[in-house]
Amino acid sequence: MSEQIDDLIKSHYAAGFVTDIESDTLPPGLNEDVIRFISAKKNEPEWMLEWRLKAYHAWLEMVEPHWAHVSYPDIDFNAMSYFSAPKRDEDRPQSLDEVDPKLRETYDKLGIPLHEQEMLAGVAVDAVFDSVSVGTTFRKKLYEAGVIFCSISEALQDYPELVRQHLGTVVPQKDNYYAALNSAVFSDGSFVYIPKGVKCPMELSTYFRINEAKTGQFERTLIVADEGSEVSYLEGCTAPMRDENQLHAAVVELVALDNAKIKYSTVQNWYPGDEEGKGGIYNFVTKRGLAHTNAHISWTQVETGSAITMKYPSCILKGDNSIGEFYSVALSSNFQQADTGTKMIHLGKNTRSTIISKGIAAGHGSNTYRGLVRMNPGATGARNYTRCDSLLIGDQCGAHTFPYIESKNPTAIIEHEASTSTVSDEQLFLCLQRGISEEKAVSMIVNGFCKEVFRELPMEFAVEAGKLLEVSLEGAVG
Amino acid sequence: MLSIKNLHATVEGEEILRGINLEIGPGEVHAIMGPNGSGKSTLGHVLTGREGYEVTAGEVTFMGQDLLALAPEERALAGLLLAFQYPVEIPGVSNMEFLKTAVDGIRKYRKLEALDSVSFMKLAREVCKRVDLDQNFLKRGVNEGFSGGEKKRNELMQMMLLEPHLAILDETDSGLDIDALQVVAAGINSMRDGKRSFVMITHYQRLLNFIEPDHVHVLGGGRIVRSGDKSLALELEDKGYGWLESEAV
Repeated sequence: MSEQIDDLIKSHYAAGFVTDIESDTLPPGLNEDVIRFISAKKNEPEWMLEWRLKAYHAWLEMVEPHWAHVSYPDIDFNAMSYFSAPKRDEDRPQSLDEVDPKLRETYDKLGIPLHEQEMLAGVAVDAVFDSVSVGTTFRKKLYEAGVIFCSISEALQDYPELVRQHLGTVVPQKDNYYAALNSAVFSDGSFVYIPKGVKCPMELSTYFRINEAKTGQFERTLIVADEGSEVSYLEGCTAPMRDENQLHAAVVELVALDNAKIKYSTVQNWYPGDEEGKGGIYNFVTKRGLAHTNAHISWTQVETGSAITMKYPSCILKGDNSIGEFYSVALSSNFQQADTGTKMIHLGKNTRSTIISKGIAAGHGSNTYRGLVRMNPGATGARNYTRCDSLLIGDQCGAHTFPYIESKNPTAIIEHEASTSTVSDEQLFLCLQRGISEEKAVSMIVNGFCKEVFRELPMEFAVEAGKLLEVSLEGAVG
Repeated sequence: MLSIKNLHATVEGEEILRGINLEIGPGEVHAIMGPNGSGKSTLGHVLTGREGYEVTAGEVTFMGQDLLALAPEERALAGLLLAFQYPVEIPGVSNMEFLKTAVDGIRKYRKLEALDSVSFMKLAREVCKRVDLDQNFLKRGVNEGFSGGEKKRNELMQMMLLEPHLAILDETDSGLDIDALQVVAAGINSMRDGKRSFVMITHYQRLLNFIEPDHVHVLGGGRIVRSGDKSLALELEDKGYGWLESEAV
């Protein structure tokens, strides 16, 4: 049966790479001039340039981390180009007819409306189409609520003090190798500010910004929820994303001030590489939230793409009674490698955290959960509950769990549960014998396995995420 | 209904079935008996197309179709159901979802209108009652944490919902106490409508007290060594399998 499963999970990801890009791209290489160029192109304030340069100098002193349970050839950082202007319209596909039919097939399977397909496929379209008007209404509503939601470049122009106050306060420039690199060269990203006591009237999604500005490979996101405010933010999209950059090193910082609540959901479906494991995106992301008193930060992620993922959305529970949550589904099939998990750093009293991680490995995939729960001396009465479940499909894949637990407060309570299960031949045969196809059966079992995490996603995305797993396992992506 | 001619099959290179011939007509109940290792369960698995069971010779026709040419799920859709001896658990997948998916598939295949969720719920609850299972079992994971008897009743529930043309019951009586056995037997008897056929694989005559077979076959060494009517089962109970063994070369 394992051969059939192998066939089943082979993802023919036809989105592939676009190679014929013409844009005013900097020649490969990284030095101070490059950083000055980027900062000048974006017309940034002087302090921002200095901030970037500081990060760059720190980065030069740092070494690439190799502790994760993943392997890949060395990255030549001087072979990369750190700036490319957005593609001109005439270089983009002129209509969906020019888009790879297999990519369109995937969009259809996921039930994505036509105009959104155009957006995702990067089709050059007239300014007048549905999503623009959706975007406009959307912006008006946010404006009325006092919510700021824009690109970080715009924020640096329009709200420089707000950015300056919070940027790097959760993930400092020197935090780690990739965060330092990102701080030096980040191209763009999102900025969100929710004023005091405001409950953001809608889910914020990068999706609405997709054709506005190309965010590029070093994306920087900063979300600030002021006291007593609430926001739900969704990053990514279930549709396969085209991107010509192999290395993605984003940084996301969340600041939840007293009594604020931030829910951050990610659906990531980047190019995972071909069946032999060639190509594919390296996703090395630093995501961290800082929770003040009574604040609540919740990370939910569904990771199905990328060749290699190293990602640990974390919470620093600084304020008393603050809450951190991490719900994750990570799928690695073919030759995908994922080393992902979270860090819950309990500093305040009665802080609470929950970790639910569901790892799925199929084909030759390798799936690792790596997590740290730390109870600092001040974390009196703090609690953590962790559950890590792994599901193996076929006999060539691997699942690993590396939980780190450090408790320096005797009153803190930490619970850890873990399980590993397989989709067995017997289970599949029971389904087949009831007339259920193997693809449907695998998808049903996998979806059942992920149920607790999907529950945490905004509703429409929960449905999409289920479909996404189905398509990812169907061998029909693209 | 089902016609098996000279069926040979191997498992991991070892020949387990060595020339089975069997004709099953519509509405008939056949009991297949035999000692451990005689190939009873193998026959059920070969007919339903389980991987690892390789047919090396012979033909099987099911309702006019070449059964062996069909994929396992196509055989199921065509109306062949195997009630498992050891039903497997599928944690996380609710019984309701599993049953609905299966029923949706078979109704589509039979070109029947799809059942909406409400009608299906109603139907599932009725069937639950018929097999004496609490409705909570619909919400639980498929067979997850079910006792042996509950698993067997769950199999029966699947059979009632899927309404197969031919059901193969693989040691459905094993692990059941007498009350559960009566419930299961009554359920099976309620599905005998003169058209639907049954193959009951069993060690013991006990089940046959509740479900009367039209034909009894004894398997030995991968062949049918003796066929008869109900009295053959009684004779076996009396004498054991030993007296037939000389015939199972």
